[in-house]
Amino acid sequence: MTLQFNDETFRDDYSFHNSERAIKRFPFPFDKDSYMYVVNMEQHRGGPSDSIYEMRFDVDEHYVSEMRDRAMVLADDPLRCQSLPHMTLAGWDLLELIMVSKSEDYPDLFQLHRDGDKWHWINKPLGIDDHFTFMDETTLPYGPMEYITRQTQGDFCVLDQRDDNLWMDAGTITTQADWSLDFDIGMNFFEWHAPVPLAHEKGIFVRALKFLLNIQQGAPARRLNWTMTVNPLLDTSPENYHKWGIQKTSLTPENIGAKQHLRVELQTFFRLPRSNALVFPIRCYLCAFQDIVSVPKWGRRLHRVIRDLPEELATYKGFIDNRPMMLDYLSKFDDGQDTSNGIWPELDSEPPLKT
Amino acid sequence: MSKFEFPPSIRSRPVYGTLEVRAGKHHLMIADAAGAEAILDVATPDLMAKTHIIYIPRGADFEDKLRALNPAQFYEGPSYAASVSRIQRVLQDASMGLQVYLTGTEGLMGQAQNEAMQAGIPHTAIQTEHRGSVARRMQCVHCKGITEDVETDPFVCSHCGLNLFVRDHYSRRLAAYQAVCIDAEDPGNVPAQKGIYATETEQ
Amino acid sequence: MSGAEKIAVRVTEVTPLNDLVTRFRFEPVDGGLLPTFSGGAHTVVEMQDGAITRLNPYSLMSDPFDQSAYTISVRRDDEGRGGSLFMHKSVSVGDEMVISNPVNLFSLDLRAKKHLMIAGGIGITPFLAQIKQLDRAHGNWELHYACRSQALGSYVDYLTDTHPNDVNVYYDDQDQAIDLENLTDRQPLGTHIYVCGPKGMINWVRAKSTDLGWPREAIHYEEFLAPQPGKPFEVKLAVSNKVIQVGEQESLLEAIERAGVDAPYLCRGGACGMCETRVIDYTGNFIHRDHWLEDDEHASGEKIMPCVSRFEGKTLVLDR
Repeated sequence: MTLQFNDETFRDDYSFHNSERAIKRFPFPFDKDSYMYVVNMEQHRGGPSDSIYEMRFDVDEHYVSEMRDRAMVLADDPLRCQSLPHMTLAGWDLLELIMVSKSEDYPDLFQLHRDGDKWHWINKPLGIDDHFTFMDETTLPYGPMEYITRQTQGDFCVLDQRDDNLWMDAGTITTQADWSLDFDIGMNFFEWHAPVPLAHEKGIFVRALKFLLNIQQGAPARRLNWTMTVNPLLDTSPENYHKWGIQKTSLTPENIGAKQHLRVELQTFFRLPRSNALVFPIRCYLCAFQDIVSVPKWGRRLHRVIRDLPEELATYKGFIDNRPMMLDYLSKFDDGQDTSNGIWPELDSEPPLKT
Repeated sequence: MSKFEFPPSIRSRPVYGTLEVRAGKHHLMIADAAGAEAILDVATPDLMAKTHIIYIPRGADFEDKLRALNPAQFYEGPSYAASVSRIQRVLQDASMGLQVYLTGTEGLMGQAQNEAMQAGIPHTAIQTEHRGSVARRMQCVHCKGITEDVETDPFVCSHCGLNLFVRDHYSRRLAAYQAVCIDAEDPGNVPAQKGIYATETEQ
Repeated sequence: MSGAEKIAVRVTEVTPLNDLVTRFRFEPVDGGLLPTFSGGAHTVVEMQDGAITRLNPYSLMSDPFDQSAYTISVRRDDEGRGGSLFMHKSVSVGDEMVISNPVNLFSLDLRAKKHLMIAGGIGITPFLAQIKQLDRAHGNWELHYACRSQALGSYVDYLTDTHPNDVNVYYDDQDQAIDLENLTDRQPLGTHIYVCGPKGMINWVRAKSTDLGWPREAIHYEEFLAPQPGKPFEVKLAVSNKVIQVGEQESLLEAIERAGVDAPYLCRGGACGMCETRVIDYTGNFIHRDHWLEDDEHASGEKIMPCVSRFEGKTLVLDR
């Protein structure tokens, strides 16, 4: 398996695109034809070959361009990456977890050589070759969390565990679904989820917290979450909402297939050993509607899910105004045939679209 | 004066209680404006003998009544900004077991709570009681500027000039509610201003 | 069980410290590295005692950054069900054993401006690892350690030699006692207190610091309950459709596991909440011994913690 990295943008001319292979491995988040919140956690211990579940930290064709976009966001607004003082140890935990995982999972791309505290890290795709002393911040150009998350796709929340709760005390958040780290840092699990509708009433967060507090070393977990984004824009931050919000009104029946993207988060959870903190990577995958409907099962299902979604959720996820246009488009790819359970594309077994 | 009943809200929004005397050898009370009345309600001679009161009148006139309680220490400050270094100094010298009581406007309680938390007191151990104005301290999520004493929704950011709507999402660290651009998707289409609690109180 | 893979280890040292306490050193069988951990973590040690599998939690006391070996100290409990006796009598150098990944239910609050540690007897063990962690980060800590006598003061010499200014030792048989009133009354704001020892000591420290106005979040404690023997009883497991007998010397959780039914756990000591089990039906009385459920939950007859709690009566049906 050799990876070709795309040269693409997530802003301005939006040259982001998914290859055939990337579309087939897109984490379509709906395992049946309807959607409601559930605590849909499972063990994160690998998955089908070349799926996004296979490795601990998935590296795909967008890696180099996503890291370039992150550097631009952080240059504009360094507050997107913050770590409260007591979280430095957790930052080292995270650096170790990612370096060890990537060097074992992608030996052709990443190498880690350790001699006691003297570490040598090579990141070939980004052209990084650094020697540093583990646990000595002065030997790295950034704090440990920032250093490694500038080299890893996805947002990272690093959560302190105390008083039977989780606290958002550090993170690197540049591809967020409309929430602000600078505002939410220091909040507990219930507080940072406070704006989410319906789920509190359903007891979802109480059960999810209980699960997360008990995540053990060596037993990471994962789930999928999703929202919608017009244009392949990674930085859908509240900070810049007054700039990007207007793009939501740029959809037309002609451009919706190319412009409207399903945005899926692969959320994983790892216990960090030295600090007893929990890291919560939120990896964002984007896929244009026109690419999703190239998989017949996904086209049928996406239409049904969006059609039947409760109004509160469509509002919270920010696409209530565009839902009618989405349904007009998607209905052309729903011929009413049954779909099989599960998220996988099943290209060989699902019937083609009846026309 | 009757207390304002805040409507039920989301989990990040602070909930205020009624001050009560707690066990402890040292007590710090910080209040502004009508918050003085909450101190007068809870004060006992025993408690006052171990209490340091820091009071910011904001136009109210309670100094004589508060002094008449004979607190161990009393300070009346012209503003929160003028009082904060004294608050920090008191916290720096304090021992575990110090009881902190905050009362008055949300802005005062939020900022003083942040100081006490920085000093090492968990927020759940800090007592609060709302009195007086229901105006909010708002942070513009776009320019990060703070607009004090916001009473209407929407409002105009006093720094960047964007039209902002008032959320209930609250940050203890910033001691502020979040304000977000209201007309980003339809520039210029700004609903008429109303009081933040207008609909709730009419119901 | 649930969750992480277990770790196969070899016992490489067995070191009697005094009449009651013996230290065990574990190294990985595969010659690799053990996971790092955080000070205060424990591991669950599996013991094959004839036909019985015992699973006992012990605090890790070695340097959390040392991946070559873990060490634990086991206090012999002659009245208990036999886990500690098995460790003392039947485990020797060269034996292979299986232990769990580290789990921490007694972790340091890394925001603390100062860590005030209070240990009683064998309760010293988690602090040994925490002190190593804090020393590496130049943390501010102070230890007060009460032992029965000089002869039974495990690790006293090591602690006083390495940290003469931060370690204070009190011997019961010399009528020395921790002056808790003064100690808790003069700590700077931002201090956290940690206590590990007998139940009486934990209750004493919690009550005293609460009386002096310490916030709940600044008071940390760990007491592993060992399951106590009791009268045998019968349980119906509704989900797996099995009827099992809980013997006098085994816990309900052990009996469930013996029947091949998977029940999640972390601490096996009534503290973590993982094994909480719903009661479907019962006629009789519960003997609740855990720290996890609230009093009203104990009274409700709707939940039980099978790791430490028992039952006396005619019928018990559980959601397992």
